Amino acid sequence: MDNSILKIENITMQFGGVTAIKDLSFEVQKGQIYGLIGPNGAGKTTIFNIITGNLTPTNGFVIFENENITSTKPNRVVYKGIARTFQNIRLFKSMTVLENILIGFDAQANYSYFEAILRLPRFFKKEKEIRQKAYELMKIFGIEEFADTNATALSYGNQRKVEIARALATNPKLLLLDEPAAGMNPNETAELSDIIHKIKKDFDLTILLIEHDMKFVNAMCNQLTVLDYGAKIFEGKPADAIVDQKVISAYLGDFSHA
Amino acid sequence: MKKIVRNIVLIIATLLFILYAQKNFDSYTLSILNNIAIFAILALSYNLINGVAGQFSLEPNGFVAIGAYFTAILLIPAETKVDMFALVDPAPIILQMKAQFLPAIVIGGIAAALVALLLSFPVFRVRGDYLAIVTLGFGFIIRIFAINNPAYTNGAMGLNDIPSNANFIWIGSIALITFIVMIHIINSKFGRAMKSVRDDEDAATAMGINTFKMKTYAFMTSAFFEGLGGGLLASMLTTITPDQFSFLLTFQLLIIIVLGGLGSMSGALIATILVMGGMEWLRFLDDNIVLFGKDFGAHPGTRMVVFSIILIIMMLFARRGILGDKELFDYFKKKSK
Repeated sequence: MDNSILKIENITMQFGGVTAIKDLSFEVQKGQIYGLIGPNGAGKTTIFNIITGNLTPTNGFVIFENENITSTKPNRVVYKGIARTFQNIRLFKSMTVLENILIGFDAQANYSYFEAILRLPRFFKKEKEIRQKAYELMKIFGIEEFADTNATALSYGNQRKVEIARALATNPKLLLLDEPAAGMNPNETAELSDIIHKIKKDFDLTILLIEHDMKFVNAMCNQLTVLDYGAKIFEGKPADAIVDQKVISAYLGDFSHA
Repeated sequence: MKKIVRNIVLIIATLLFILYAQKNFDSYTLSILNNIAIFAILALSYNLINGVAGQFSLEPNGFVAIGAYFTAILLIPAETKVDMFALVDPAPIILQMKAQFLPAIVIGGIAAALVALLLSFPVFRVRGDYLAIVTLGFGFIIRIFAINNPAYTNGAMGLNDIPSNANFIWIGSIALITFIVMIHIINSKFGRAMKSVRDDEDAATAMGINTFKMKTYAFMTSAFFEGLGGGLLASMLTTITPDQFSFLLTFQLLIIIVLGGLGSMSGALIATILVMGGMEWLRFLDDNIVLFGKDFGAHPGTRMVVFSIILIIMMLFARRGILGDKELFDYFKKKSK
């Protein structure tokens, strides 16, 4: 049986004369935590932007649940069941933590503009529903005490949690995390990996993550792809990656001619 | 539950005030109140697109003009139109257009909203400063259209003898309705989505928000109430000319919503009262100024100088406007905690 949830097929991405990604293919299976690693500028975030529809690849396809979603509009991709977080946290800065998470529930609060203006019963019912769900989500992340705090007033680690919670609110099947552990201390990183394991189980998620912290990747991922200059140089288990000659030279430089 | 009771009490109190004012206030006070209420309608609706959805557009003078012209044409009887149109004969459709007061202003609002819908497709392809320039152009186009199509608008001479149906009961109640509608919008998923577009458009898209749709909703709602306000303005003044709807009108509204705090509806309301009322209350400055028994003579324009200085000082001390992006009730909530 085909158990793949996301297939990247022969994707090439060129910006003018620069080739950011060269003929890249990989496949993420349902229930995996899949890592995408590589040195700076290897094209990891570009791949995320292609999956979420922010960029249209020069060549190749993105297949999600056997459906071609290449160049689907970003807000439509969310409805298909793909949610993401950003490398540099991007919370809505004028809003509280609760409001930030409620944005994720936007599609589930399916009342119309006129129902909102006239305050018809469905408005109250749906608002109550999504508020309850938002509080449940905040509880999982342990941030419910900050519900009415402005999101940007939180610590970096907590802002990360809000961002992941907001992404989860869209009810995704596939969650894309762009360097979730960046800027965190070892304690926060450990806590984050616990949370990721927990939400993966509770929400029946597949996770694709970009990360630099090899320890974190080792602890988290079942499978990973290593990119260098937009091309795949390794695919397999994390344990094998750290002893792979190509991976080592991509990260540390090529010493063979020294 | 308490909140509902409080809101109903506030609404009834406002309505009673409106009725009382219409009956007992003299016509000078009423004209100031009417002016404040109309500008409140315009500022509240402008605040939705500019403050809440964060789209720096400079179009309201265009929509106000559309509403004003539609209402005027619908209200003026056909015979009066024939007499009034001096440059060319009025177009047949202009003579046929006729409606009661309430339908007339609503049609004015709907016309403005439809124009907003058409306009949103080209306009929201650009963001920020570019959006400001494009919408600014729209305001000019409407004015020039009004001047150059005398068969429809009587050209630069404008329209007069507009039946004066708009009293403070109409204007005040519509201002109240506008305020309630705006509060209902910003406290719903649509308001949240509009704010998310303002804060970070890409992140909003990544949450599944259709940003174009949200901008268009804000733009059309804004245009509808600006058209409505324009209709009330036309009926209150009984005469309109294209030059009334110049960029200065937009500019005045911009001052009001920035002073009140971009995104804050109660802020916009307070700022309208301060700006529109202040302009009136400071009128004594244009009269003879007598200080310490010495007569300095009259210096017309002193009023505007003082008014501007007050504005500058206020903006220095409240950089994000009087209320920031919060509502008045939010401040009470914090205190009670």
